[in-house]
Amino acid sequence: MVSPPSRFRLFYTLTLLLGAGWIWVSAASPNSTTSGLIPAPQEGFLAPDFSLQTPSGETFTLSDLRGQPVLINFWASWCPPCRSEMPAMQRVYNDFNEKGFTVLAINVTNSDSLDEAIAFAQLHKLTFPILLDHDGSIDRTYRVRSLPTSFFVDGEGEIREVVVGGPMSEALLRVRVEQLFQEPP
Amino acid sequence: MFPTLQIGPIALQVPGLVLILGLWLGLTLAERRALRAGLHPSSLYNLTFLGLLAGVLGGRLAYVLTYPEAFMADPSGLLSLNPGLLDPAAGAACGLIAVLIFGRRKKLSFWPVLDALTPVFAVLAIATSLAHLSAGTAFGAPTDLPWGIHLSGASRHPSQVYETLLGLLILGVVVLLPGRLRFHSPGVFFFTFLALTAAARLFLEAFRGDSTLIFDRFRLAQIIAWVLLAISLWGLGKLSSPNPARSETQS
Repeated sequence: MVSPPSRFRLFYTLTLLLGAGWIWVSAASPNSTTSGLIPAPQEGFLAPDFSLQTPSGETFTLSDLRGQPVLINFWASWCPPCRSEMPAMQRVYNDFNEKGFTVLAINVTNSDSLDEAIAFAQLHKLTFPILLDHDGSIDRTYRVRSLPTSFFVDGEGEIREVVVGGPMSEALLRVRVEQLFQEPP
Repeated sequence: MFPTLQIGPIALQVPGLVLILGLWLGLTLAERRALRAGLHPSSLYNLTFLGLLAGVLGGRLAYVLTYPEAFMADPSGLLSLNPGLLDPAAGAACGLIAVLIFGRRKKLSFWPVLDALTPVFAVLAIATSLAHLSAGTAFGAPTDLPWGIHLSGASRHPSQVYETLLGLLILGVVVLLPGRLRFHSPGVFFFTFLALTAAARLFLEAFRGDSTLIFDRFRLAQIIAWVLLAISLWGLGKLSSPNPARSETQS
């Protein structure tokens, strides 16, 4: 007859062997974990590509910026937290733009006034590209539910963080941009 | 997925709300357990909130020390409500140290307190899964199974739902177990919870689509869960082995 301690030792050993076996069996195959290759507006995925124009008609395409960190920020001129975080974004852009950092501020023009958006950008002397999403298609692609919503995209085009709501503090912006310039985690 | 709940001009972060609700529910369940163990519920509340406060302050301080230039450029960032500006490891260490110091000063017994807090841990584990579900994070691997959910460009295992269901099962065991045991050694509830949670993570991590891999093959979370399972089973073995020196506590 097996004594209780021996029975427990047997249970302990079998459980751990079973666990180790499961780790071996369920080891990841190449397509079982995301490697940032699938486009989706989610952390760990490739940022969906888009081409949008500025009010002056200049076109920006996200995939053309591959190799440099990008902050994609969805905003509207009527949204108070969007307005609050813009000056901090401008200061961070000023400090990191020479190193290759870019801000793409996508105005949800289908639910904003174009004149007021342009006036706001001029008032705050925003020098990063203000892009116009006239039909809301990029807003829908990125499944934006709240304004502002920001996507921090690394040089490989992978979304490293999504910040829903705001305003983001300047410290947060600086830290995240510094992290984007560092090696992937 | 609902990462935010828009109420007028205010966007409430659903994951944060779920975690706060989980903490409240867990502490409510822990109250009864504390009374049974001869602890005053207020000690449990004080311990929990002191641990959380020390965790937040320590986590923020560590973050500031890691990125001093960013906070020198914007000192108001010190008070930012964004949890992304916290160092989780340093926060956990500070919280733990504060809890240990408080427990020692108040002469709280370590294992009975941990046993009493077990429902808090169990409910928080469920709340974390629900928070992941609402944010669309901790997503599953692609699957062709009929119950797959469409998320991030593919039909995926509803890994957050699997975790919630197993979490509920573990909570059931944790809540019902004391009534089934006539006698128990202090620590047995905590080690039971730890063993079940580690086993659940070991099993369910296989269905995740965002696992961190080591050696380009093995899932890190499974290795950690396997080690925790070994430790918790060893702890349960020690507690259940005959030891006349250890006093038994009536449940």
